[in-house]
Amino acid sequence: MLMSRSNSLTAVVVFLVVVLIIVPLAISATHRTDLFYTLSSVALLAIASGGVWLTFFIGRINIGQGAFALMGGYVSAILIVTYGVSFWLSLPLAGLFCAGASILIGLPILRLRGVYFAMVTLVLTEVVRLLTLAVPITNGAKGMVSIPPPGELSIFGLTLIPSFATMSERNEAFYFLSVIAMCLCFAALYRLVQSRVGRLFVALQQNEDLASSMGLNVPALRVLAYSISSFLGGVCGAVFVAITQSIYPSSFTIADSVNFMLYCFLGGLGFVFGPMLGTLVLYFGWDLLFATGEYQLLIYSGVLILLMLALPNGLLSLRKFNWRRS
Amino acid sequence: MEQVIVNGLYLGAQYALIALGLTLIFALMNVLNFAHGQMYVLGAFVVYTIYGQLHMPFVVALVASALTLAVLGGLIERFLFRTVIKRSVRDESTMLLAAAVAYFLDAVILLLFGEKQRGVPKIISGTFISDNLIIPYDRVLVAGLAIVFIATFVLMMQYTKPGRAMRALAQDRVAAQLMGVNVEFYSLIGFALGALLAGLVGGLLVTITGVNSGIGGPISIKAFMMVMIGGAGVVGGAIAGGFILGMMESVGLSVLHAYGDITYLVIFVALIVFLSIRPNGLMGKPWG
Repeated sequence: MLMSRSNSLTAVVVFLVVVLIIVPLAISATHRTDLFYTLSSVALLAIASGGVWLTFFIGRINIGQGAFALMGGYVSAILIVTYGVSFWLSLPLAGLFCAGASILIGLPILRLRGVYFAMVTLVLTEVVRLLTLAVPITNGAKGMVSIPPPGELSIFGLTLIPSFATMSERNEAFYFLSVIAMCLCFAALYRLVQSRVGRLFVALQQNEDLASSMGLNVPALRVLAYSISSFLGGVCGAVFVAITQSIYPSSFTIADSVNFMLYCFLGGLGFVFGPMLGTLVLYFGWDLLFATGEYQLLIYSGVLILLMLALPNGLLSLRKFNWRRS
Repeated sequence: MEQVIVNGLYLGAQYALIALGLTLIFALMNVLNFAHGQMYVLGAFVVYTIYGQLHMPFVVALVASALTLAVLGGLIERFLFRTVIKRSVRDESTMLLAAAVAYFLDAVILLLFGEKQRGVPKIISGTFISDNLIIPYDRVLVAGLAIVFIATFVLMMQYTKPGRAMRALAQDRVAAQLMGVNVEFYSLIGFALGALLAGLVGGLLVTITGVNSGIGGPISIKAFMMVMIGGAGVVGGAIAGGFILGMMESVGLSVLHAYGDITYLVIFVALIVFLSIRPNGLMGKPWG
């Protein structure tokens, strides 16, 4: 690793202090509570992008994360509304449902490589969207609205998380929920990448045939990576449903799938924390450019192109560069 | 039923022309051109401006559209893709660039031409009517032109020097370079040619379906599907994929009409199943 152990520990502590203490305090002090919503979105999208990043890590271009975010959102919404399941239970169930679905879908389509996989995943987003329109349980194009906010989470009568419905500042609660979920997600991803399985994933990225001839169970490994990725997508979708209290077939579209991929690219494919930075920069940048009105997309895409020309290997490649120089 | 088949053939001819441009760029540069649909829309708007607004002859408008897109494609290759391909560690980085270019063109088109649906006067009027067939003559002309363009393109790739050079490039970039092919020059020509095809088909179709600034993305996705069906980077595959998708759409819309709006769902699922069985499409090379 680039940094020594104590350095990276300090970095993690600083990061946690900033996102969990300083940022909420700063937002409360300036009364810009809308930023809570923006930052929760960044955190959630970063989770989904983290999943996409993992599929990049095994050498597959995944433009289908929107499909699983939508799926997870609907699973959570249906569980809460139709079956009266608690939000806290629906969250892992939505993730697991997506992971299960991705195993079924992944077994055949992970045999595809390069652009074929990319294009099939792109089509997958559209398939899920059309499915939600066609299947009766999802309530078609009208979507599902007024989904109740998360209730309280308690174990043996001990309240761990109070009911969101009773909170005065719900956005702040969602901010903490999203950011903690993001930290857990990236800690897990970091751990995964450093583990033995992570090394095996690198082997897949470099050469699947060679990996296979060394005795690795390539199909099982790539399905594993894909299902973790989809799990994260599903969780992202489920929390989004809780925040917006609604879901429509158009909640996650192909544009979102493409964006997840862009976040990964921009952060840098070689770095676990790349998707987090990429999401922050792109989503926040897009939000800031809102003031420019009709030129928003023009400036956004123009900057994206320039960034790509200057740093084709992602923002975090800057760090590597400095390190080499010194 | 005859009507359905004729519609399918007509759609197929258009689609094949769209897919050709996309597959050409992919074969030469290994770039998945997300901006292909936007190039199509731009071509359509050039024809709309010159033929629809300035009332110049359609042929002039179509040539102008092709040239505009060829120049634009050349510039994009020279100043954007070439730089990024040289500097990036992983090939996939070009996809981010392509997506950014697609957004950029979307923004430019929206600013220049607005969001309204635009149409132009028919190029020729009249309709062929028989017992079970109704075909407007302008559709016949457009389909005919599309087929002529496809044939010209195939002949050019097969028998001219640039065509041979580009095929060599698609087969093996390094080997082509070693044989004295000017790789950079022909990449530029190839990208420009791909963009030109997008402009041509956009200019042709605007006379029938009209155009609006939002259809670029959906067109790109359709083009991706055709390329997947036929096999990425293969000229014959793109043509086959175009006709197959055109036929599926036409038949699907008439047969599945009774079951609601599920034609595309069925086509997409069929495509995924097909690709699981034949991962490289009909005639693609392994590894895409």
